[in-house]
Amino acid sequence: MRGNTQTITHSQRLNIGNVLYSLWNRLGMIMILLLLCVVLSFTAPNFLDTANLLNVLKQVSIIAILAAGMTIVILTGGIDLSVGATVALSGVISVMVSSAGVNPIIAMLSGVLVGYAVGLINGFLTAKAKLPAFIVTLGSFTYVRGLAYVISGGYPIVLQNETFKFIGGGSIFGIPTPIYIMSLVYVVMFFVLKYTMFGRHIYAIGGNEEAARLTGIKVEKSLINVYSISGLLAGLGGVVLAGRLFSGQPTAGQMYELDAIAAVILGGTSLTGGKGKIIGTIIGVLIMGVISNGLTLMDVNYYWQLVVKGGVIVAAVLLDRLRGNSPA
Amino acid sequence: MAVNEMSLKGQQSLKKPVLNMEGIGKAFSSVTVLNNVRIELYPGEVHALMGENGAGKSTFMKILAGIHTPDDNGGKIYLKGQPILWKDPTDARNKGISVIHQELNLSPNLTISENILMGSTFPRNGLGMVKWDEVHERAQEVLDSMGSNLNPRQLVSTLSVAQQQMVEIARALSFNAEVLIMDEPTASLTDKEIKKLFEIIDDLKKQGVAIVYISHRMEEIFKISNRFTVLRDGEWIASGPIEETNPDHLVKLMVGRDLKDLFNRSKAFGTKNPKEVPPVLELKNVSDNTIVKNVSLKIYPGEIVGLAGLVGAGRTELVRAIFGLSELKSGEILVDGQSVRIKSSIDAIANRIAHVPESRKEQGLFLSMSVKENIIMAELKKHAKAGIVSWKQANESANQYIEDLNIKIASPEQQVSNLSGGNQQKVVIARWLSIAPKVLLLDEPTRGVDIGAKTEIHKIVSKLADEGLAVLMISSELPEVLGVSDRILVMSEGRLTGELSKEEATQETIMRLATKGGREK
Repeated sequence: MRGNTQTITHSQRLNIGNVLYSLWNRLGMIMILLLLCVVLSFTAPNFLDTANLLNVLKQVSIIAILAAGMTIVILTGGIDLSVGATVALSGVISVMVSSAGVNPIIAMLSGVLVGYAVGLINGFLTAKAKLPAFIVTLGSFTYVRGLAYVISGGYPIVLQNETFKFIGGGSIFGIPTPIYIMSLVYVVMFFVLKYTMFGRHIYAIGGNEEAARLTGIKVEKSLINVYSISGLLAGLGGVVLAGRLFSGQPTAGQMYELDAIAAVILGGTSLTGGKGKIIGTIIGVLIMGVISNGLTLMDVNYYWQLVVKGGVIVAAVLLDRLRGNSPA
Repeated sequence: MAVNEMSLKGQQSLKKPVLNMEGIGKAFSSVTVLNNVRIELYPGEVHALMGENGAGKSTFMKILAGIHTPDDNGGKIYLKGQPILWKDPTDARNKGISVIHQELNLSPNLTISENILMGSTFPRNGLGMVKWDEVHERAQEVLDSMGSNLNPRQLVSTLSVAQQQMVEIARALSFNAEVLIMDEPTASLTDKEIKKLFEIIDDLKKQGVAIVYISHRMEEIFKISNRFTVLRDGEWIASGPIEETNPDHLVKLMVGRDLKDLFNRSKAFGTKNPKEVPPVLELKNVSDNTIVKNVSLKIYPGEIVGLAGLVGAGRTELVRAIFGLSELKSGEILVDGQSVRIKSSIDAIANRIAHVPESRKEQGLFLSMSVKENIIMAELKKHAKAGIVSWKQANESANQYIEDLNIKIASPEQQVSNLSGGNQQKVVIARWLSIAPKVLLLDEPTRGVDIGAKTEIHKIVSKLADEGLAVLMISSELPEVLGVSDRILVMSEGRLTGELSKEEATQETIMRLATKGGREK
């Protein structure tokens, strides 16, 4: 049994084509991002200014936070359409709590908890009641937005507290606070996905739910946690956005869920689950942010920006597909 | 019926075959599935197509039905003496070849009429709108011709399985089928429904339809067939009139395979007499909600028990029930003499029961993950503190299994989807060893695995048993069951129909028990 000739399959002939191909294979979307930056540095005035680059990061921070949660949902083969609406509800509630004179930290936490609750319900219905995630979160997409209108009466609620405002509008050492928060979320998420049982179970469930169940993984519990975390991050995004807008707005976060999904897909995560990386998602977020920013600098009007952005999403994923990254 | 057969036998020599296939060969990615297979079908006969699981019956019939094409130089098909090659299944059907698959292919939310006429052009008026009255009339005509009293306007979803089968047959007739292939048509029918089906088959015979009848039930074969063809390992073995054979002879033709190349577990175990120790796994009158009925068995530490039977006998269902994947309707499961409640795979694992499922890719592997992760996925907890995985420790454990089971890979980080079937299966086995099981349930452990890796897996399983593991192994390959098992249980139609010691077991004794049918008991 031992001493059989072992066939090793990984040795491949080295040549330029292979090197380029493997570089493209490894980098993929990073190359697209760099390419975009190079093009914009020539065509868009002041694109490479530090102030502008920080501005890009600040602008993408909320979507980035949502996309981090969306990544783990999509990794399990699910989808969460409710995050945009949750941003609004969390913003409205946390600002109202703050206006009632409660400690700003507690007020902000209340927003995060609201998001967690929305996610928990999504997760419960998806994992336990076995409803399709698309339908469950389409429902919460609607009723959560409705609740935001009901609670606020349809009007923006002004935020008075300075500590709360700092979360969205302040800066530390010249770098806007949301960038710190976004970075923290990504560092934690990277760690969770790579080094925790929960993280590995997410990949296992998305890769093969049946096998995961047979292996003794608590599939339902994991799924509930995944949706809860997505909701929690949407709640956090809502708090940060309220801090930046100095108000809780029931109309906030519209279409954010679609931007988050687009970023995750741009980042190479397979919609069928099991395949993808959190680093890919942040690159996807940046690609979208850089495009909007560059086009704004070039004075392209907003309507045309939408057209370009949509085109780029499809083109980027098409390119990605061409490098053989098709969903299994 | 007897008269009918007699007259047919007399005419046989005079009649020309409606269809014959000669020298049919087919390979899938260089694995030969069929080699030089032939059949002749005469009008008005029922032709039984027999063979073990994997003998090539389905592939052969798929070629006849135009689903697969034979290989280049892979033989010829003649329809009424003319060489012919179907473009696709529709082409075959339009030329009079219809199939009734084991899994019925009906649209449940459409009416019987629509299902019958599906695939043909519906009568329409000048505006292109369907003339429903005419559709139903045409369906009614077909149903009448079969003596069926089904209402063509009824939805298929409201019908019983047997009635749905009638609709399938009606659909085939609506295309003026001259050759009708029936794949295990009685598998899900009650006795009464079977009787009705046989009446219809009789009618079809009188109308001159040639029927290819695939079934494992000997009794049925001898009741309705006129002639038979036996395939084994993709080769044609024999054909002839049914009067010239008997069940024992047919079984012999089906199984006569050479055993000498395969692994043969030594009898070291038999001398230990395990029955002095208590069984590690015991089932008492276990039934599930599908097919398993009243199964009792005991498995002792250190033995390999083979579970033989034909496809659909309920072996997989039994193992799934033991592993908590389906609910028990009644009965009891005991581990180490203690009655246990196993309601999920998690409970089963807690009782140190491991289960290597039937289909590696669908149920066993995380294809996009690495070999390493596939191995350690069930024991992550062991390598984690407060939920954080220690990869160093996990890697060591994975490497140990890779070495122990001689899994051939370039690196533990290699994606598992790139491995050969044999190595993939070893990865699944390694994962289950990591939970330190007492009972190992193997469902077709060497399906789709080449012969070398097969022998290696057999050796591994044998070694595990020698170390005290109790193994229950489902296998549809009789040589495997015979070579590896210490003891063999045979299932048929959800029941255990017999137990054979290693000495008593032969391919023939197993096959006889497997075709016995649990129904009558």
